Amino acid sequence: MSWLSNIPPGIKNIFKPKDDSSDTLWSKCPGCGEMIFQRDLDAAHQVCPSCDHHLALAPSERLALLYDDGAYEEIELPDPVTDPLKFRDEKKYADRLKENRRKTGQQDAMRAAYGTVDGVGVVAAIQNFKFMGGSMGMALGEAMLKAAEVAVEKRAPLVVFAASGGARMQEGILSLMQMPRTTIAVQMVKEAGLPYIVFLTNPTTGGVTASYAMLGDVNLAEPGALIGFAGPRVIEQTIREKLPEGFQRAEFLLEKGMVDMVVSRADMKSTLSKLIRLLIKERRQAAAALPAAADTHKPEAAPNANKKPAAKTKDAKKAPPLDKAAE
Amino acid sequence: MRTYLDFEKPIAELEGRIADLRQMDGETGVNVAEEIEKLQGKADSLLADAYSKLSRWQKAQVARHASRPHFADYVSQLVDDFTPLAGDRAFGEDSAILGGPARLRGRSVMLIGHEKGSDTAGRVEHNFGMARPEGYRKAMRLMDMAERFDMPVVTLVDTPGAYPGRGAEERGQAEAIASCTEKCLGLHAPLVSVIVGEGGSGGAVALAAANKVLMLEHSVYSVISPEGCASILWKDAAGKGENKAQDAAEAMRISAQDLLELGVIDSIIPEPVGGAHRDVRLTVERLGDAVESAIRELEHLSPDELKQQRRDKFLAIGRTGLA
Ligand SMILES: [Zn+2]
Repeated sequence: MSWLSNIPPGIKNIFKPKDDSSDTLWSKCPGCGEMIFQRDLDAAHQVCPSCDHHLALAPSERLALLYDDGAYEEIELPDPVTDPLKFRDEKKYADRLKENRRKTGQQDAMRAAYGTVDGVGVVAAIQNFKFMGGSMGMALGEAMLKAAEVAVEKRAPLVVFAASGGARMQEGILSLMQMPRTTIAVQMVKEAGLPYIVFLTNPTTGGVTASYAMLGDVNLAEPGALIGFAGPRVIEQTIREKLPEGFQRAEFLLEKGMVDMVVSRADMKSTLSKLIRLLIKERRQAAAALPAAADTHKPEAAPNANKKPAAKTKDAKKAPPLDKAAE
Repeated sequence: MRTYLDFEKPIAELEGRIADLRQMDGETGVNVAEEIEKLQGKADSLLADAYSKLSRWQKAQVARHASRPHFADYVSQLVDDFTPLAGDRAFGEDSAILGGPARLRGRSVMLIGHEKGSDTAGRVEHNFGMARPEGYRKAMRLMDMAERFDMPVVTLVDTPGAYPGRGAEERGQAEAIASCTEKCLGLHAPLVSVIVGEGGSGGAVALAAANKVLMLEHSVYSVISPEGCASILWKDAAGKGENKAQDAAEAMRISAQDLLELGVIDSIIPEPVGGAHRDVRLTVERLGDAVESAIRELEHLSPDELKQQRRDKFLAIGRTGLA
C-alpha cells in the first residue's frame, strides 16, 4: 500500500527528471538501451521506435492525445484540508507538497478534464506519477468524486488514467478512506448507466489498484505496465523467492484475466473511442438533451450534484458545449 | 502463563512476586496475605495507569497481543449456532476470513471476520489473518446471501493486511479487495464493522465500508503498518538500523481515539483494565452490547436508506471536522 516500496529501481529511473539530458538531443531507452533522437520519441508520444517500450507520458500530453484537436477543459477540483495530520517524517509533509506542486505545476496528483473524443463528450481523470508517486490522498478522492459528478451531470463516460504507487501514508487513515470514497465515485457513474473505463499505466499498485483502478466496466492497460496490489519487492520478501520475468506486467494480467486488453499508446484513442461508442446508450445521449424534468435516473446517483444538468446538444457527434462545471 | 508486553515489565515483576508469595504461603504457612494484598494493589494501579496512557505504538502491541480475543472467541462467546460456510465457488477456501450465519442475542446475522489463530498451528492454518482473494470473494458471497435473507452483516476486522503472495497476486488480490469494498458499499442490508485488533490497510477496509464502524479501545487501524511506514519514510534511520516504527505510529495517528477525532469511526468500545486479553468474557459482552445497539439503530432504515446512509457517511469523511 506504500507508494515507494512498490517501485523497482528500474521504474524509478524512468521517472527521474531528465534534467541532465533535457538539453541534449538524445535519450536512452530504458527498454532496449538504445539512444533515441528526442524528437522521434516526442513524435511517438514517448514510445521507443525501436523496441516499443512505453515511457512515461505527461498528463497534458496524454489528454492532448485523447481529445479531439488536443482541446479540453480542465475541471475545477475541490481543495480539501491539506496536511490534516500535520505529518512529519524525515521531512515535513507540507514541504513535500510544496515541492511537488512546484515541480509539477499541479495542486495534487490527479487532474480531471472534459472534452470530446471523436465527437462524444468524455470526462477523464488522470494521475501524475511525478506528484508524490501519484499517491492517493484526500485531494485525489475529491478529484475522483468531482470527475464522477461531472460525468453524471453531462451523461458522459468516465475514463481514468491510473498511475500510482498507492495510498499517501502522510495522510494516514484519511488516505485509506479514499478507497471506499473513490469506489463511491465509480458507483455513481455505473448507477447512472454510464461507462466507466480504466486505463492502467505504469505503474499502478497498492490501494489505487485495490479500489477504483480495478473496477472498470473495461480495464485497459498499456504494454509493460506494472500493475498489482503488493509491490514486487514486498512479495519477494514474503515468499523468499525471485519473481519470474514479466510478473505483474500488463501482459501477465491479461493472461490472468484481470484486464480486458493491452493497448498500445498509438491505439489508445481509437480503442477508447470505439468502446465508448459501443457502450454508450443512444437513449441516454438523447435523454441528456431533454430538460431536467425528463430525467428519470435515480437521484442517489449524484447526491452532491446540486447544479442543474448542463445544457446539452442533441447531436452527440458534435462537441457538447462546456458549462460552468468544466471551467 | 501470561504474556507480558515490554512496557508491562514492572507489572510482570510485581505479579511474579505475588505468585511466588502465594506459593510460599501454601508451603510454609507463613502469613503473607497482607504483603500480597499490598503488592496486588500496587500492580493493579500500575496496570490501570499504564493502560490509561498507552502510546500509539504500545496500542499496536496490545492490538497484536497473542492472547487478544480473536474471531473464534467471539464465535464461542457472543453467538449461538454459528455455521461456518466455506469457499468462494471459484478457486478455493481461505480460512484467514471466516464467516457464516449465526444467532446474535436472538437475531440471525451474517458474521464475517478475519481469524489470526491462537497458537502456532492455528496461525499457520489461518495465515496470520492475512487473506487471499478467495477470502474476500467468499465474504462477498456471504454478503449477497445476507441481503437476500434480510440479515444484518457483522464483520470483525483483525488483520495485518491482505496477503502479499504470488498466488494472491495472480488471482487478483487488488480486484478482490476493490470488489469486496464495492459490495459493502452497495449492500442493502445493515452492515456493522468492529475493528477488534489490527485494521491493516486495504485488507481491513474491504470488510469495513460499513454503516457503523466501531473500534475496541486499544485496537489500531491504519493505511500501512508502523514498521512499513517507517522503513519507507524514515529511510535514513532505517539505513542506520534504527527502528522508527514508534514515530511512524505517532505520526500516522493509528489509535481508536485518533480515528474518532478524525471522524472516521462512529464509536469506541471500552476494554477491561489491562486490555481485552485480561478479561475476554467482559470484552465480548461489551462488544455484543455495542453491536446490538448499532443494529437497532439501523433496523428502521429501508434497504435504499441503508445504502445511502453508508454512502453519505463515507462521503462526509474529511469534508467536515478537520482542522
Ligand atoms: Zn527501446
